[in-house]
Amino acid sequence: MDRNQLRRQVAHMRSSLIEQHYLDQQQFVQLEDLEDDSNPNFVEEIVTLFYKDSSRLFQKIDQALHSVPMDFAKLDDYMHQFKGSSSSIGAIKVKNECTQFKEFCLAGNAEGCFRAFQRVKHEHEALKRQLETYFQVPLDTFFLSGQLYAVFD
Amino acid sequence: MNLNNGRGSMSTASSSGAWKSGDVVPDQFPAGLRVLVVDDDPTCLMILEKMLRTCLYEVTKCNRAEIALSLLRENKNGYDVVISDVHMPDMDGFKLLEQIGLEMDLPVIMMSADDGKSVVMKGVTHGACDYLIKPVRIEALKNIWQHVVRKKKNEWKDVEQSGSVDEGDRQQKPCEEPDYSSSANEGTWKNSKKRKDEDDDAEDRDDTSTLKKPRVVWSVELHQQFVGAVNQLGIDKAVPKKILELMNVPGLTRENVASHLQKYRLYLRRLSGVSQHQSNLNNSFISSQDASFGAMSSLNGIDLQTLAATGQLPAQSLATLQAAGLGRSTAKSGIPMPLVDQRNLFSFENPKLRFAEGQQHHSSGKPMNLLHGIPTTMEAKQLANLHQSAQSLGPVNMQVNAHGVQNNSLYMIGQPQSRGQILNESSGTHVPRLPSSIGQPMVSNGIPSGVIGRNGISDVGRGTGYNPVPQNSSMLNFPLNNTPELPGNSYTLGSTQGMSSLTPKGSFPDEVNSEIKRSGGFVPSYDIFNELHQHKSNDWNLQNVGLTFDASHHANSIHGSLDSSGLVHQGFSSNQRSAQSRNPSNVGKAMFPMGAASTDHGHAQNSGQHLSNGLIVDNPVRIKSERHSDASQNNFFHDQYGQEDLMSALLKQQGGVGPSENEFDFDGYSLDNIPV
Repeated sequence: MDRNQLRRQVAHMRSSLIEQHYLDQQQFVQLEDLEDDSNPNFVEEIVTLFYKDSSRLFQKIDQALHSVPMDFAKLDDYMHQFKGSSSSIGAIKVKNECTQFKEFCLAGNAEGCFRAFQRVKHEHEALKRQLETYFQVPLDTFFLSGQLYAVFD
Repeated sequence: MNLNNGRGSMSTASSSGAWKSGDVVPDQFPAGLRVLVVDDDPTCLMILEKMLRTCLYEVTKCNRAEIALSLLRENKNGYDVVISDVHMPDMDGFKLLEQIGLEMDLPVIMMSADDGKSVVMKGVTHGACDYLIKPVRIEALKNIWQHVVRKKKNEWKDVEQSGSVDEGDRQQKPCEEPDYSSSANEGTWKNSKKRKDEDDDAEDRDDTSTLKKPRVVWSVELHQQFVGAVNQLGIDKAVPKKILELMNVPGLTRENVASHLQKYRLYLRRLSGVSQHQSNLNNSFISSQDASFGAMSSLNGIDLQTLAATGQLPAQSLATLQAAGLGRSTAKSGIPMPLVDQRNLFSFENPKLRFAEGQQHHSSGKPMNLLHGIPTTMEAKQLANLHQSAQSLGPVNMQVNAHGVQNNSLYMIGQPQSRGQILNESSGTHVPRLPSSIGQPMVSNGIPSGVIGRNGISDVGRGTGYNPVPQNSSMLNFPLNNTPELPGNSYTLGSTQGMSSLTPKGSFPDEVNSEIKRSGGFVPSYDIFNELHQHKSNDWNLQNVGLTFDASHHANSIHGSLDSSGLVHQGFSSNQRSAQSRNPSNVGKAMFPMGAASTDHGHAQNSGQHLSNGLIVDNPVRIKSERHSDASQNNFFHDQYGQEDLMSALLKQQGGVGPSENEFDFDGYSLDNIPV
C-alpha cells in the first residue's frame, strides 16, 4: 500500500473506532492534532506508552486483588491511575469499566471488584487490537523518536 | 518513562524554537512560560508535555513530587507555574502544593481524573490556583498563564503596600512587557522578580502569601508568640527573620516583625533603665513618676512576663499588659488605666499568689524584703498573701500580686503610672500583696494620680502601703517582706486584699497608717487595716511600727483615697480580717515611706501622722491607738527591715514597742512606746 492508501485506511479505521466508542473523538483527535513534524508518531508513541504502563498497573492490581485481606483503598488508587491514563488517550470504554471497578472498591465489594477488573482487562485488550491495526504496528513495540523499540514487560 | 527533563522538555531548543533566539518580542507572552509538570502517570505526562509545548511553553516534566521539589529548590526562579497531579504515590499532590506555596510561592495548578466536589474544594483550600479535570484539554492549558500574571500582580501590590520594595512599579509592568515572554531572555521581568526575591525572600513569600496584606494587629496572642520567639532566640540574636520563622504566622511579614521588635526593644530598654534605679529607689520613684508610667508599662510588661513565665500571670494578661505597656509606654497619666489593666490581669492571679500565704506565717523573723525594689520571694509570698486577702479585692490584688512579684523596685520607680501598679512592682514581691497597685486603682480613684506618685502608696494610701516604698528607698525595705504574714501582706494596697496585703510589705506605710488608724475601728474604709490590726499577732510587731507610720499616713491618704476607692475599703477590710497579724506589720512598714509620701497628701496628714517625714516614728505614734496590731507588726517588721535608715529607725522604735505588740491585735498596739 502506498502511503496515501495507508492514510485513508487509517482515517477510516479511526472513524470506526470512534463510532464504536472505543475512542473518544475529542481526545483522540486532539492527540492527533498534537502531532507535528517534530513528533510525527506522537499518538502512536502515546498509545504504546499507555499499554506499557497499563500492563504494569494490571500486575499491581492483580496482586492486590489476590491479597488477603483485600486492600480496597490501594485498588482504588491503582485503578484511579489507570483511569487517568485511559482517559488521556481517549479510551472511553476502558475508562467506563474503570469507573465501575472503583465503585466496587468503594463499596468494598471484592467479588464485584474481580468481575469489574475482568471487564477492564477485556476492554483494554480489545482496544489494543484495534489500535494495533490502526497503527499497523504491534503495540508491544513502539516508536520513540523515530526508533523502533520493543517493550519488555 | 520517567523523563525528567525528557527529550527536549527543558531545552529551549525543542519546540520553542523560533522565539528562542533571544528576540524578545513583547507580544510573545505567554510564550516562554516556564512550566513544571508533575505526574506519576507517564502517559498523561507525555501528553501534557506535548500539549504545553504546543502552547509554546517551556516544559519540564517529572514524575515524582520529590524530584519536582528539588528542581524547584535548585532553581527558585526557574519556573513560572507548576502543574501537578493530585494522586501520586510518593507524595500527596496537595502536600506538594503546600510546600511549593510555602517555599517558592509559585502558582500551582492541580489536576486529576477525580472531579469530585470535595477534591476540588481541597484544592481551593490548599491554595491551588486552578483545578483541571483529566483528560486535560489543550485549551485549558492555553490559559494557565493568567495565573502567573495574577499572582505576580498581587505580589507587587503587596510589596508596594508594605513599602518594602520599590520594584513594585517595575514589576507591575512585566506582564505587558516583552521580557516576560522569553525565558531565554529572562527579561526584566525575571530580573525584577529575581531582584525582589533577592531582596527578601521571606518577605516576598509573606507578601504573596496573602494577597492583600491587611494591617497587622498585634493581638495578645500574636505578641505572646512574638515574645516567645524572641526569648527563644535570645534578645541579642533576635532578628526579624528568625523571629518570623519561629512565629510561623501566615501572612506576617518581616517588616511587621521588625517594626514590632523595634518597639519591643525600646520597651525593654526602658525597663532595664528603670531597674537600674531600683537601688536608688529614693529618688527614682519620685522623679520617675512620669517616666515610670512608661516604665511601669514596661515594667508591667516585664513583670508580667516574668509572672507569666513563672506561671503566675496568665499569659494572656501578660500579653495584654505588655501590649498595653508597649502601647502606652509613655502614658503617664493613665495611672488608672494601667492599674485597671493590671487589676484585671491580676485578678486571676490570686491562686498563684497563694504561696505568699506561707510567708505570712513567718512574720516574726522574716526579713522583709524591703521594697528596695528587690523582687524577692517575699513578694511572691506577699502576692500570695495578697491573694488570700485579696480575694475580696479581687482584681486589685491581682495586680498587685503580679507586680509584686516582679520588680519591686521597678515598680517603685515607675511609679507614676500606676502607683498602685508601681507599688506592686516595686515592692516587687511585695507588691503582690500590696494592693498598692490595687490601691492605686483604688486610690487613684480617689486620689489623684499625683498623689500616688509620691510613694505611690501615699496616694494609695490605703492599700498600698506599699507606695511608701517607692518613695524612699527606705520604704522599700519595707515590709513587704514582712507581710508575708498577712495574707495580703504585700499590702496589696489594701485593696482589700485583705489587709494583709496592706500591711505587708509595708510598702504602704502610709496606707497602713491610715488603715491602721482606721482599723481599730477606724476608718471604715480601711477595713483592711482593721483586719490587720485584728489579726495581729507577731507579725505586727514589726509592722506596727511601720504601720503606725503608715497608718497615719494612710489614714490620711486613705481618706482621700478611700473615698474614692471603694476597693480599698473592701480590700482592706477583708484583708484585715484575714491577715491575721501579718499584714499589719507590713502595713506599718509600708507606712514609713508613706509617711513621707503622704505629706503631700493632705489627708495623710490629718491623722496626725506625719508620715510625711517618712519616719515611722511619727506615724507609729499616731497610729498606735489604732493599730495595735500594727505595733506588733512593727516589731515584726522591725526584724525584717533593717535595710534602710528608716528601718533602723523603725527598728528602734519597734524595740520600743516591744514584743508586747506582737501580741496585740492592733488594739494592743502600743505605739506609744515608739520614740517618734
